[in-house]
Amino acid sequence: MTKRTTAKETAESMAKRQREISVSEFFLKNRHLLGFDNPRKAIMTAVKEAVDNSLDACEEAGILPEVAVELRQVADARFLVLVRDNGPGIVRSQIPKVFAKLLYGSKFHRLRMSRGQQGIGISAAGMYGQLTTGAATLIHSKTQNAPLARRIAVQIDTRSNKPAVLSDEETDWLPAFAPEEEGGEPVVASHGTQVSIEMTAQYVRGRLSVDEYLKQCAIANPHLRLHFRVSLLKKEKGASAAILEEGAWQTYKRATRSLPPAVEAIRPHPHGVELGVLMQMLKDSSARTLKGALEDDFSRVSARMALEICSRAGLNPKTPPARVAHREMEALYAAIQETRLMRPPMDCLSPIGEQQILAGLRKEVPADFYTAVTRSPEVYRGNPFLIEVGLAYAKPGENPDLGAEDSVRVMRLANRVPLLYMGGACAITQALEDVNWKSYGLCQPKGGLPLGPMVLVVHMASVWVPFTSESKEAIAHYPEILKETTMALQEVGRRLSAYLGKRKRLAEAERKRSYIEKYIPHLALGLKDILALSEKQKMEVEAVLTQMLQRSRPES
Amino acid sequence: MKKPAKQHAAAAPEGIGKEAASRKIAAAAAEIHADIMRKGKKPSMDFPVRSLSNVKYDVQRGHFEILGKKSTRTLSYHTVKTFAQSMRLLATTKNDLLDRDDIAGKREVYYNSKSWGECRFDAQPESDTLLDDMEAMLGINREQLGYIPEERGGDVCGELVVVDKDPVSGEDVRINCARLGSGAWSIPSRVEHLRFETKAKLVLVVETASLFQRLVHHRYFERANCVLISMSGVPTRACRRFIRRLSDDQKLPVLAFTDGDPYGYCNIYRTLKAGSGQAAHINRFFCVPQAHYLGVTPQDILDYHLEDATHPLEDVDVKRAKDALKNDPFILHHKEWQAVLTQMLKMGVRIEQQAFAKHGLNFVLEVYLPEKLKKGKFLP
Repeated sequence: MTKRTTAKETAESMAKRQREISVSEFFLKNRHLLGFDNPRKAIMTAVKEAVDNSLDACEEAGILPEVAVELRQVADARFLVLVRDNGPGIVRSQIPKVFAKLLYGSKFHRLRMSRGQQGIGISAAGMYGQLTTGAATLIHSKTQNAPLARRIAVQIDTRSNKPAVLSDEETDWLPAFAPEEEGGEPVVASHGTQVSIEMTAQYVRGRLSVDEYLKQCAIANPHLRLHFRVSLLKKEKGASAAILEEGAWQTYKRATRSLPPAVEAIRPHPHGVELGVLMQMLKDSSARTLKGALEDDFSRVSARMALEICSRAGLNPKTPPARVAHREMEALYAAIQETRLMRPPMDCLSPIGEQQILAGLRKEVPADFYTAVTRSPEVYRGNPFLIEVGLAYAKPGENPDLGAEDSVRVMRLANRVPLLYMGGACAITQALEDVNWKSYGLCQPKGGLPLGPMVLVVHMASVWVPFTSESKEAIAHYPEILKETTMALQEVGRRLSAYLGKRKRLAEAERKRSYIEKYIPHLALGLKDILALSEKQKMEVEAVLTQMLQRSRPES
Repeated sequence: MKKPAKQHAAAAPEGIGKEAASRKIAAAAAEIHADIMRKGKKPSMDFPVRSLSNVKYDVQRGHFEILGKKSTRTLSYHTVKTFAQSMRLLATTKNDLLDRDDIAGKREVYYNSKSWGECRFDAQPESDTLLDDMEAMLGINREQLGYIPEERGGDVCGELVVVDKDPVSGEDVRINCARLGSGAWSIPSRVEHLRFETKAKLVLVVETASLFQRLVHHRYFERANCVLISMSGVPTRACRRFIRRLSDDQKLPVLAFTDGDPYGYCNIYRTLKAGSGQAAHINRFFCVPQAHYLGVTPQDILDYHLEDATHPLEDVDVKRAKDALKNDPFILHHKEWQAVLTQMLKMGVRIEQQAFAKHGLNFVLEVYLPEKLKKGKFLP
């Protein structure tokens, strides 16, 4: 081995190469964290982020949502993704930031049940498009009060995480949707937003497709009218260029015209706050005393409780909150954990509701038996949440989508958003596999999902859904969440078991009835032959015997 | 040699005519019809239980007599198919066999049901069982109902003239069983009409056809002045009835010569003498209570030095012997037979009739049989 001398780095030389990494740059390199791992998944994620935003905006503005999703193939592996809604629109000045700046949004800074949480999604979709095609994100938006819509093309400056506006003009655009009735006039709304992003993408149907996402979306949001169209390039034999073939609109109708009740944002519950966040909150507090900060910035802390926390921590309640030292902060954090507090307010949750889940399932899943359970709210880490489960069981062989020998279809929803990927890492899947479905009359391979012609919808509603990653695909395994999910599943399982039991008894009764009816004529014929009865007498014997046997049969 | 003990004259099983049998079926059907239509209750059929658990060994009469245990088949969801099949079988028996004076084999019954649609028998054991049920329910053996057995009844050779009738002309046909050349006469399925003329002193019944051939070949029946009958395994009803009638009619003693194994003792000989559990309801006709057992006994193995011509008992033999010692009413009645089975289990071997060939092919007819007959000691 030869000794080689290498120039040693100095702190100064290293410092030259140390510089800030923008959030955009980080996600550009780690786009799988946001759900843009591959072209197939990217198109689904883009649609999902846009639809989530549309629904959140509509519901917040009290508008019955209508959303159109269009996929237009531009080249072999390139699509234009268009999502259009009848939402309130976005004021001109906000548009660039909303669509071309990561971690910009209205939802991160409050604890309120909504689909979006972080302000990453739609900008990430635009960034992915920009990265793969170089094209800008094009936004049309019309608010109620503005006379005309804006048409803005933006790109994201990944270095600085700032939007770059490429063009900005007025236009007389209005969001239009497929007609209510076939052959009717298109439905035109007076306000709304449309985002279109061109990206490298692949469109495939199946379990992990845009189609499946939208279908589940329609089930989870029975108040949504949803349109979907795919237009693909078709190349005729001998033709030099491919021609875009306009797809037909597919519409998911509404099952209800009532919007989910508006939900309030809540202040954080002390038990759900971690030390770092606690420090930040006290630092930022506008209250003048520690006691005041505890009362004002957190939920469920009364004046008495604030004093109790302070005394337990050995702190003066009158200390200005920003002056609490780090060591005292730890004592305060411990004191909060030790203090019994009321559970956080629960009216911040808006479940889909048993009736609406049933309506959604009936609309999209032909089946024989439907049931739904909405559990009471519970708390994990200081965050209120609740679990809902819907179940649709088809008669074996009657719904071609649901094989009797296949695993049951699971639709995981978090705040009404379908989760398609990473099912294996999700608490919902874990709970599903932990339930003993055999005791409810289903087959279940060891440690797996049950088998049967069945769809299960599991919805977690919370002010903060604990996803395992930023791409929001799997719910983390908090024991409280697992327990609630398990109990909800067991409840629908018991109902399913009752239904299956009844169906089995009916089938058995029917089988016995036909069995009896098969042989009684032969018995009567034998008697007729021996005793030389008339045809009429034979019929009488048959009638009496049939009645006799049917009557005495158990459980008929 | 002992003359056979005086037996109760066995009434002929054909005591009932075809018209009477037909009427009996009609009466059974009428009762079922009345249950349904007039009494409004579920019809049922009663059958005597046919197994060794429902027989007792009637020492006086010398055969298995059926006890009172009955099984009742009441019409229900579970029995409706069998019930319907029984009813159609009864109808066929009455209308097609009895009223038309026709006959049918068991297998023909099975095929005949193929015209019954849903009600057909899926396999012959089903129809065989219902046939047995019907015979037990009516108390009339199936031969009288017009059903003929498929198995051969057994072969006869020896100092005997059988007087049969020509089925067409009704003329007497005389069969001299000593003048059949190298062959033998087959026992027909119905034997009630036969008459006998003989000067023989004895009926010797053998299990295997090959030993029967040897005895016939050497005209052993002349030497021993006997009638030879081959059973080929467990004797058929016709064979048992033929031996019974011959023995009753001509006051002849009957001796059985089988393989020396539990099957030969408990199945072949016991069925010949006392009847079977399966046919418990008709044993009184189909048994030969006056029969005695000649051999081969376990003691013969020792007496004739045949230890090296034996085979070890197999599991099935041991099981059969132990089962008989525990459950067979006939064995339980006879201490001698218990001793034989116990001795056999202890020796752990069985022996075949042909084993005497060890001492020469004709040792069996030149030494063994004459010595045994001279000694005159037989098992009951």
